[in-house]
Amino acid sequence: MAHTKVEPKELEKDFYKELHTELLFINLGPSHPASHGTLRTFCALDGETIKAAVTEIGYLHRGFEKTVEHKTYNQAIPYTDRLNYVSSIMNNVGFAKAVEKMLGIQITDRCIFIRVILSELMRIIDHLVCIAANLVDIGALTNFWYLYNQRELVYTILEKLTGARLTNSFTRIGGLYRDLYDGFEDDLKYALKQIEKATIDVTKLIRKNRIFLDRTQNICIVTKEQAISYGFTGPCLRASGVEYDIRKVHPYYYYDQFDFDIPVGEKGDVYDRIFVRFEEIYQSIKLIRQYMKNLPGGSINVDDKRVTLPDKSQTYNNIEGLINHFKLIFEGVKVDPGEIYDCTEAANGELGFFIVSDGSGYPYKVKVRPPCFYIFSSFADIIEEHMIADAIACLGSLNIIAGELDR
Amino acid sequence: MNESITIKKLKKFFSDSIIEITDNKHNDTIIVKKENIFEILKFLKDDKELDYNVLMDITVIDYLKYPIKKQERFEVVYILYSLNKFHRVIIKTPVSLKEPYIDSVTSLWKSADWAEREAYDMYGIKFNNHPNLKRILNHHEFVGHPLRKDYPIKKRQELSLNDSLMDEMDKKLIQKGLK
Repeated sequence: MAHTKVEPKELEKDFYKELHTELLFINLGPSHPASHGTLRTFCALDGETIKAAVTEIGYLHRGFEKTVEHKTYNQAIPYTDRLNYVSSIMNNVGFAKAVEKMLGIQITDRCIFIRVILSELMRIIDHLVCIAANLVDIGALTNFWYLYNQRELVYTILEKLTGARLTNSFTRIGGLYRDLYDGFEDDLKYALKQIEKATIDVTKLIRKNRIFLDRTQNICIVTKEQAISYGFTGPCLRASGVEYDIRKVHPYYYYDQFDFDIPVGEKGDVYDRIFVRFEEIYQSIKLIRQYMKNLPGGSINVDDKRVTLPDKSQTYNNIEGLINHFKLIFEGVKVDPGEIYDCTEAANGELGFFIVSDGSGYPYKVKVRPPCFYIFSSFADIIEEHMIADAIACLGSLNIIAGELDR
Repeated sequence: MNESITIKKLKKFFSDSIIEITDNKHNDTIIVKKENIFEILKFLKDDKELDYNVLMDITVIDYLKYPIKKQERFEVVYILYSLNKFHRVIIKTPVSLKEPYIDSVTSLWKSADWAEREAYDMYGIKFNNHPNLKRILNHHEFVGHPLRKDYPIKKRQELSLNDSLMDEMDKKLIQKGLK
């Protein structure tokens, strides 16, 4: 063929140059079905392309840090539920772990194992929610039902175990609310099998789907340098090609003794972020199976009168037990003066707690380092020069949870 | 006592600026003078052996009601992490109520932007040279700094007007040559 072919995109560019479009200012959110919580993005549009964007947060600010200063350490745990409300037990574990480290107590092995099993289960449903919602946003509704049905299975287990579906408040300083119920293992095995099946089904549906690939590949790329500078952690950082996972680098709760891999992306686009999460679901399933297989017996609470509530038979029949109970409830667990920064690998990334104690049963200061806060700070910059629909796809893949973003 | 490389290097190059190296069994914690905070953090970031490439968090401690007397009312806390060397350090610097100013580190890490805005919003610490130092979690009409210890927890304020965000947008448009 002799004639030169002109790329349609080139033509389009010239066409718009002629038009001299005026910038249109539009608010995306704070109440918008695709904005995953109350996030406001103020965009300057040229056609459908976002030329400039600024974000505003704080619509869900409830004063978590101020409130917690007026509660005992155990009373603070229900408040941590509301940080990342999709994976609440991970927040409970993160907070309890920081306080226990400050106290210098060693929790029991059974407690550690149950905490890890539940945390990984939480990571799975967090990722399921993230992927499902993200796929809905880009028009793939079927996958949503496949994934959400399995999430329901996990919620049924949690309801049986903790009494609550979303805000479980399952940990206590030095232990757990209660031990596993009879038949937990069977329920868990069934749920894991179903989750695995659903995840495979959904990957089959989308892996070679042209629309999905066009909507996600090379969209809203976050480079390695950008991700590091913005303070990305968790799946979003790994999607940009940085192999950093606290469970591997600074192992806690015996993570170093079990076999699992850290998936890493190449480009840092929406596609990578979705598939890193898919792979993490498989890795979490693998971890839960290993932990469940090796689950030790014994007590779930640490045997320390400064920390753990006495047995009910002691409280009702014995004056020492009664006083112990009374003191722990009214004065709280006393933590020596000092400060700590402790972090765990939560579903979205590094969940850090900076706690200052003045020696009383109430924390002097608690600062949460929510992974979302720093991830969302990049949002305005990474969606620029992309279409609105791509910005929505990007927002879903970053998995911003307003509860921990605004605290 | 085993000193980490971070403490050794800081002692070597910034011995005048170090106020205290606290014995913290969890993380290296160093208290430095606020005048040199930018240089110290820049050194920690740029030094090949230290390589603190992530600013994890900035927060402030208000020591107003703390039982142990402190030199100044506030302490700004920087939590740094290195993704290449896998170590963490906590840098603290005292800031007084009279002069709540400290240099911004937004030019070193992009994460400092929102972190410093939050510190300003919650504690009223003003960061010099910050490009956009306005409230972040609280409403823009809010008066006071809620995480200070003298702010009553039950105090209520009536807030009504929305932030148009045009001030930030204008800055961006000018920067991009669209206005």
